[in-house]
Amino acid sequence: MPASSPDVVTDFDLDQAWRKHPQVALREEAFGALAYHYGNRRLIFLKSPELVVVVRDLENYPSARAALDALIPVDAHGSYERALARLVESEVICGA
Amino acid sequence: MALESPSLTDRFKLGLEAPICLTWELTYACNLACVHCLSSSGRRDPRELSTSEAKALIDEMAELKIFYVNIGGGEPMIRSDFFEIIDHCVDRGVGVKFSTNGTRLDAEKAERLAKSDYVDVQISLDGADAVTNDAVRGEGSYDAAIQAMENLVAANFGQFKISVVMTRHNIPQLDAFEALADHYGAQLRLTRLRPSGRGADTWDELHPTAGQQRELYDWLITRTNVLTGDSFFHLSAFGDALDGLNLCGAGRVVCLIDPVGDVYACPFVIHDEFLAGNVRDPGAFTSVWRDSDLFRSLREPSSAGACASCGSYDACQGGCMAAKFFTGIPLDGPDPECVYGHGETAMAKVAVELRPGPSVDHSARVPVRLGVSS
Repeated sequence: MPASSPDVVTDFDLDQAWRKHPQVALREEAFGALAYHYGNRRLIFLKSPELVVVVRDLENYPSARAALDALIPVDAHGSYERALARLVESEVICGA
Repeated sequence: MALESPSLTDRFKLGLEAPICLTWELTYACNLACVHCLSSSGRRDPRELSTSEAKALIDEMAELKIFYVNIGGGEPMIRSDFFEIIDHCVDRGVGVKFSTNGTRLDAEKAERLAKSDYVDVQISLDGADAVTNDAVRGEGSYDAAIQAMENLVAANFGQFKISVVMTRHNIPQLDAFEALADHYGAQLRLTRLRPSGRGADTWDELHPTAGQQRELYDWLITRTNVLTGDSFFHLSAFGDALDGLNLCGAGRVVCLIDPVGDVYACPFVIHDEFLAGNVRDPGAFTSVWRDSDLFRSLREPSSAGACASCGSYDACQGGCMAAKFFTGIPLDGPDPECVYGHGETAMAKVAVELRPGPSVDHSARVPVRLGVSS
């Protein structure tokens, strides 16, 4: 099991196409969702229902930027960008 | 839209669609008789779930998107359908983490486990040497656990876990446990001794001293790869929070299904007072989890009670419900191992004879005694 490294943020390219990792399953909850990675067996919490929609629908957009443009108000893009970068780190999302 | 607030802990207190941490004990049968057994195991219960009932329950877990289940007992490998049950879990996408004393984990079983894709094994060991371990778990149990580890290594199982209940006698062995885990390429998992099951009879003499609790906290806070099942959140009152959710998850994110299908609020409260229902009831497990009166009440906002004026309440959340209940402390009182000593004061007000005894006991019909006194 990999050690968690919450402070390290990988390079996250907003203009690249991303998708939910194929080994990740989501369980929707009132606060957002649980994301479970069957490969690295890590459980990650998605802390808003909107983030769940973004993660689920990323693969339908040519880039993460396009997904945020379509799904999230502009003034919240910064926090969602940081959230997506962390989800790359934990392998909840991956390059499409 | 708020991504950073409110805190997840606050949301978890309101409950979830399904548990995050589900423990399922397959049988009350056990070939050991550990003096601190949470479930007072020993004898199989004739009402235990059949293979087909177990499989139906697994199907329900899959539908609820319970991603993994913590299987225990009793000794789960004693069940003749053990592999049939875990294979069904894996087939349905429900990962298995199971705890075993290792006595049935021979070379052939280790090979079989190594071939399963999605199974984690935890070998229980409560001393870093045979004398310390066997005093609690019974003669020969240390050698059996070590043999099971050797078998897993020989079968190329990969990383397994060594699961230790922390006691007064093994806290001085923290570094030795870590060395043992390193030797086997295993991950160390430390959990809290609770005064539950037969642990109620031995807690007074086995639970860590106040000084040892500090020692354990200082040790844990510097380790990033030691698992704790979030069981030491009462120690977060010492300062920085330990890794984990830092709340009592009973009926909120955690529950227990016992071998006869009874659903309890957590693995440490097998007692009528915390029985929410049975998976054989209409609506099965899902209804018990979502609609039982007990679980609904556990998800209500709780008062800090006697701890309301304590500056550390946010850190420790008043501690462990089970530890309070079985030591006779009110549920809104301090944890018996409160780092400020408030628990000892609270316990002193309750005569030992007035502590709630167990309402379920499957112990073998011979006295279970601590092996050595020291």
